[in-house]
Amino acid sequence: MKLSVLVNEGPYQHQSADSALMFTKAALEKGHEVMRVFFYHDGVNVGTRLAIPPQDDRNITEQWTALAKEHDLDLVICIAAAQRRGIIDENEAKRQGKDSDNLAPGFRISGLGQLIEAGIQSERMVIFGD
Amino acid sequence: MAEPWEDDELEGPVRKFMYVNRRAPYGTIYALESLEVVLIAAAFEQDVTLVFMDDGVYQIKKEQNTEAIGVKNFSPTYRALEGYDVEKLYVEKESLESRGLTTEDLVVPVQIVDKDQLAELMEEQEVILSF
Amino acid sequence: MPMLHTVNKSPFERRTLDTALRHAVKGSAILLIEDGVYAAFDGTVVAEKVKAALADHKIYVLGPDVTARGMTEHHVIDGLEVVDYGGFVDLVTEYDKVQSWL
Repeated sequence: MKLSVLVNEGPYQHQSADSALMFTKAALEKGHEVMRVFFYHDGVNVGTRLAIPPQDDRNITEQWTALAKEHDLDLVICIAAAQRRGIIDENEAKRQGKDSDNLAPGFRISGLGQLIEAGIQSERMVIFGD
Repeated sequence: MAEPWEDDELEGPVRKFMYVNRRAPYGTIYALESLEVVLIAAAFEQDVTLVFMDDGVYQIKKEQNTEAIGVKNFSPTYRALEGYDVEKLYVEKESLESRGLTTEDLVVPVQIVDKDQLAELMEEQEVILSF
Repeated sequence: MPMLHTVNKSPFERRTLDTALRHAVKGSAILLIEDGVYAAFDGTVVAEKVKAALADHKIYVLGPDVTARGMTEHHVIDGLEVVDYGGFVDLVTEYDKVQSWL
């Protein structure tokens, strides 16, 4: 089956990003297709390259990057929510005159249309949030 | 051969989308950002239903004045939804009444449904988005 | 096939479980995840409500979230089924759609 996932909360603050990761892994292990994982609201903060969580705990962003690489997952950060919260890729940084960018590998920034498209084309949409 | 604008095949599937709004405005960002999804989603011409229940009914309360809290009042945007062909707005009766509100208090025309009617309406949907 | 409702909030923190149950038609299923699993344990003030809901719904609880919170299957109300993430995925595909009550 073709599934999509929506993550509405940031890493560590809420269990959403972890639950979504575990669910996505399980879905892939069962042979399902995960069309897209979309990050909205504070969920965009999962896409920061700059987090330094404690050594003895999980690095949520890196877990998502690794999963995306292994399974060619489409991890999409919502541009409107990202701009509000300061998650920015190289092109956007240049365009907006910011002195840096911070998007983690494996993620791409795009519009809300990608969420709607996922809703239209997937057979199931599962939402993790607060 | 049909012109592109005459070819129905180009339109793509139309699915029944429901946006469930359960939060009050301003205390958190969910009300504003879910409205942004609805506006962007309008371009995809899906079969859209908006539900306001629990504290979500407060999103469409009239006479919001946010000047003193220093945030943008986005309640006028709900009146623009009709122009985006988002016309199916439902409010849950129990949520409205338990908050001492009536449809007179709301900025847009809505259809009132009770919890059982709402449950049935939810079952009819194909994609349900909660924020 | 009706829908799967997921609830991720503790019934003592928020009214999410109540709201989900009020809007779940007969035959739809409930899956308790994250802090929502606290509704799955016997001996609490919400246990009777959950037991009563079993008349109309299958109720599932996510095992990993149960053990994370210091409980075991023995604490789970009789009649609730414990599933792992694989079971979560199976439920999502088995039911027509998912409504995530947050």
